[in-house]
Amino acid sequence: MKRRDFIQQTSAGTALISLGGIGLSSFTTLGTKKITILHTNDVHSHIDPFGPEDGRNANKGGVARRASLIESIRKENPHTILLDAGDIFQGTPYFNYYGGELEFKLMSMLKYDAATIGNHDFDNGIDGLYAQLPHATFEFISANYDFSNTVMNSHVKPYKTFSKDGIKIGLFGLGIELQGLVDPLMFKETKYLDPIEITQDMTRILKTEEKCDLIICLSHLGYNYRNEASKISDLKLASLTKDIDLIIGGHTHTFLPKPTIVKNIVGKNILVNQVGCYGINLGKIDFYFDSDMNKAANGTSIFV
Amino acid sequence: MTFKPFLWVLLALLIYNCKEHETYLYKIEGKEISITDSLQSDSKINDFIKPYRNHVTKDLDSVLAYAVDTYSKSDGDFNTAIGNFMADAVYEQANPIFKARTGHDIDLVLLNHGGIRSIISKGNITTRTAFELMPFENSLVVVALKGIQIDSLIMYLSKRKKAHPISKLNLVIDKDYHIVSATIKNKKVDAGKTYYVATNDYLYNGGDNMTFFKPNDSLYNLDYKIRNVLIDYFKKVDTISPVIDDRFIQIK
Repeated sequence: MKRRDFIQQTSAGTALISLGGIGLSSFTTLGTKKITILHTNDVHSHIDPFGPEDGRNANKGGVARRASLIESIRKENPHTILLDAGDIFQGTPYFNYYGGELEFKLMSMLKYDAATIGNHDFDNGIDGLYAQLPHATFEFISANYDFSNTVMNSHVKPYKTFSKDGIKIGLFGLGIELQGLVDPLMFKETKYLDPIEITQDMTRILKTEEKCDLIICLSHLGYNYRNEASKISDLKLASLTKDIDLIIGGHTHTFLPKPTIVKNIVGKNILVNQVGCYGINLGKIDFYFDSDMNKAANGTSIFV
Repeated sequence: MTFKPFLWVLLALLIYNCKEHETYLYKIEGKEISITDSLQSDSKINDFIKPYRNHVTKDLDSVLAYAVDTYSKSDGDFNTAIGNFMADAVYEQANPIFKARTGHDIDLVLLNHGGIRSIISKGNITTRTAFELMPFENSLVVVALKGIQIDSLIMYLSKRKKAHPISKLNLVIDKDYHIVSATIKNKKVDAGKTYYVATNDYLYNGGDNMTFFKPNDSLYNLDYKIRNVLIDYFKKVDTISPVIDDRFIQIK
């Protein structure tokens, strides 16, 4: 942290000098850069839209509609990343008949960049998940599932970085504790590691080593557990860690009126979002960067 | 050497300019976009889904059996035709598997009333019927329980006042919901005997407050989904015509 502060102070000083007319600097205003993060969670094999007679979600959802929406957003901003926070599998007969093949193929056609692994993605066992991997062109990201003694070993990365318009984005994944939620026969020797400790490692790596401008956590921990104070959730993770800018969540099928702003452990505002379930909504978070630090002089403004 | 400070500044500037420009995150905008029918469907995606959709639809609509009447879980007080059908189907499908694996017979079946997720309509029964009846992925387990635990199971049934599906268990309660008689395969419950109870993994794990499955002598996972039990049973029989009977009744 100290070192970064120093660099920032130096550049501030330099800017002053260059204004002073020494003329050495090649500062050109780079203008604003916009990175768009699109996300889904708990789509649960909902490929077709809900029918008109559905009691709760009539005429909502549908992959083909989501595809055209994503396409139009990408046209508007090519610097877009598309993510899914897990529980891709289970919920319609498509999964029972094809074991997730169609889900992965469609997500690949929609050009998803990465997904994390939800508890229901183990519903056909870890072997069932592994068997569908050839149909996915996107990557699976999970930092707190240790798959080293399973078939998934080397097929899941703890984190991934993206470079979009010169902005470096770091993404890491977190999964929910499987014991008690998923039959051990299904997850086999997958080891669950403590999300807080893993997040501390991940943010250090992404911030200090990878020097990311933006850090995103793709989580299937669940939004919040009001009646289980000790259970880790996205809100809890947000408040107990630092250097994350955005937590994209899943598992609890939480419909939020708007993304939640949470103060992290050093008092900085970060965003936690989740978009319900079944592909009914698409989350869209735009991050605006500028080389003109005056714009950020009063901190980052968040509009939700 | 009066130039020295200036050179340092020059050097600093050069280093700075070699480094990538700092960028500052100054604004975040977050929103949610609803996927509704006002959005155009991507035709390429739709065409890709089509053959999968056609196959699934065709298979789901394939006729497996025939229902002579419409059966609902709300028809009946302490036992229902649809619940009796489900519990009896579980016994019939699961017992040969369990016996082949362990040498024991299943003594009784217990499911839950809430687990019957739809009605069976009069007429053709299709694979879709099985998906509607049992949309969840729950599988069959057989739990070895001592007679004394069977007592808590029976107590639970008498207190809940619900038509939880049962098979091979007969229960009579009085107007105050006290147990008048309880038999398993027409024999009185023996406190010292081990009983093999077939149920699903959800109930075994305490679902619907069924806390009497633990601790137990042993657990056998049959790796057989309830839905597949129903599909296999429908395929086996030509018609179903279950009835409300006297397996669980109240005498007033």
